[in-house]
Amino acid sequence: MSEELEKLYKDMAQSIIDGDSDLAVELAQKSIEMGVPPLDAITKGFVIGVNYIGDQFGAGEAFLPELVMAGEAMKAAVATLEPELLKLGEARETMGKVILATVEGDIHEIGKTLVGTMLSASGFEVTDLGVDQPADKIIGKALEIDAQIIGLSALLTTTMVRQRELIEELDKENLRPRIKVMVGGAPITRDWATKIKADGTSEDAVGAVQLAKQLVGKS
Amino acid sequence: MRPKLTLLSDYIIARILAEAYELLLRPGIKVQNEEARDMLRREGVVIDPETNVAHIPASLVQRALESVPREFYLYDLHGNPTVHYGGDSVHFDPGSSGITMLNPETLEHDTTETEHLIRLLKVAEQIPQYDAQSTAVICHDVPKDIQDSYRLYLALLYSKKPIVTGAFTNKTVQEMIDMLALFAGGAEAAREKPRAIFDVCPAPPLIWSNFGAGNLIALAKAGVPAEIVSVPLAGAAAPVTMLGTVTQHTAEVLAGITIHQLAQPGSPIVWGGAAAIFDMKKGATPMGAIETAMLDCSYAQVAKTLGMPTHTYLGATDSKLVDAQAGLESGITAMVGALSGINMISGSGMLDFLACHSAEKLVIDAEGIAMAKRMIGGVKQHTDTLATGFYDEKINFKGGDFLKQKITMQLFREEQYLPSDVIDRNSTRQWKESGSLDAFGRAKLRVKELLASYRRPELDSDQVTRLRSYMLALAKKAGIEELPKLEEYETA
Repeated sequence: MSEELEKLYKDMAQSIIDGDSDLAVELAQKSIEMGVPPLDAITKGFVIGVNYIGDQFGAGEAFLPELVMAGEAMKAAVATLEPELLKLGEARETMGKVILATVEGDIHEIGKTLVGTMLSASGFEVTDLGVDQPADKIIGKALEIDAQIIGLSALLTTTMVRQRELIEELDKENLRPRIKVMVGGAPITRDWATKIKADGTSEDAVGAVQLAKQLVGKS
Repeated sequence: MRPKLTLLSDYIIARILAEAYELLLRPGIKVQNEEARDMLRREGVVIDPETNVAHIPASLVQRALESVPREFYLYDLHGNPTVHYGGDSVHFDPGSSGITMLNPETLEHDTTETEHLIRLLKVAEQIPQYDAQSTAVICHDVPKDIQDSYRLYLALLYSKKPIVTGAFTNKTVQEMIDMLALFAGGAEAAREKPRAIFDVCPAPPLIWSNFGAGNLIALAKAGVPAEIVSVPLAGAAAPVTMLGTVTQHTAEVLAGITIHQLAQPGSPIVWGGAAAIFDMKKGATPMGAIETAMLDCSYAQVAKTLGMPTHTYLGATDSKLVDAQAGLESGITAMVGALSGINMISGSGMLDFLACHSAEKLVIDAEGIAMAKRMIGGVKQHTDTLATGFYDEKINFKGGDFLKQKITMQLFREEQYLPSDVIDRNSTRQWKESGSLDAFGRAKLRVKELLASYRRPELDSDQVTRLRSYMLALAKKAGIEELPKLEEYETA
């Protein structure tokens, strides 16, 4: 690898670590001008930064704003490279498609938004439906885009039962295991996830990415 | 705007000073040190030859106050000024001179020896909230004659930070001054960049003992900073009223400063203390009582009126365990000390009326100190507009909007103190997975980590040899042939 290229990859990783979206976009454009394969720019450059921040967060060394900014910078970099990928006909192999939503009757979404950011940054195609979403709408969208995973958030003990209802609905329609369900939110425990037959839960956004990778068989 | 706690009006402070000057004349101050009496007599002070009570006039005290430095620094091993005595600077150090240490496994108060002091030095060395070390406990495994100098010796070997210490006799204060000079490479170097400060106590009420005054004189002559730790006990060894006790404290400190400045004008000295109330049920001297903190805040205010550097004893507890009482007494009083703008606040880590030390308490207290320091950091304006600038076109009315702003990443560490794992902010599940520990349990883990990560400071080998042979010579004079083998504590 030429020294220039090596430096470019390193700068790309650093721009993610610093959460610097503008610089990440600039470096992505530069890589296009240099004729760097866009997939290489992602996997050898930007992704290294995301992984680093994820590890740091897991170790208690990095904090939520850094994690989110890194995710945002990653999204911006990928968005810049995407047209090139399409042109070359080598669309980035996505990790999978995920639908995220907060269940009906519940309007909390900071945790879900974080999970969305981290999933996107890790190569998932994320469709975030937002808050207060009825089960049929979530399932309909999942079928429409052929999502492999539904991520369901609930912050209240009174609304977490909606997670169970959605899973029962999927089972009734025989949509599992084609669609996996991961559940999350402050009151959600592993016991709860097992009890309602969800495919898994995680306590934080970094863990959610690992879980999603497992669920699509790419961990 | 920096928050500040004041308990006294200017009018009351003026009256405290006026009455303190009266006390210095009548009844006067009992001065039990001959050299101090000679110096006072040479200035025309009338001293009763029977009782040794000196009637010190205001004019002499005021002259002393004119020559006293209003600020000075203590320096670390590398000569960096890291502790500022003066103004409203706030520093914390572990409490001094404990005689027992809480055994975290048996919960017994073990008699302290070399290994205990080393453990405390190692832990405090790595906690940024402690700007200075203290000679925290007495090592009972060495003879009495060297128990004070030996603590300083260990602190010099195990720490880079400035040291709050003290001597137990007039002979040993000189030995300790010599030890510091030897370590610094000469008396001049030790004076120029002092590494340590010595606590010196008058005896309440209104007594400067032979030992206390002798220490003041020796330190003044050497130019080594002294810290007057006046210990009036409201209701027993001082008037029951807070204002009466603060006035007596003022008189005791003013007399000390006068003796000190007569010995060497311009030598650094601090207006300090360990005032406390006297508990009328148990006859105890509660360091965790709110009135104790109020006395300290009050006398610091008097000191600040005169522009003097300040010290106090807060952040300790009277509980025997690192429990809820320890947490609330230490946390509340540390906060009072910080809000009072006291330059050096000693006492962290201590239980049981300053008798017992605990490494686990040191790490918990550090969190209380961090909260107190954050508090005096105040509410700051970081941005041109207070809020409107945060709501740009990217706002989509979602809870996570602000997490995505660059300014959040830039400013959150300034706005929020990020506590260590001693403070639990886990979810219940994470807390259970980490062993369902209480603060003491978490502190035990943190102490183990700190002991494992500790590294001795790299010292000049000549310096160490000089220090060791000096200490060994003192030990031999005290009747022992060898000092405790420090190598044995390396993996403590």
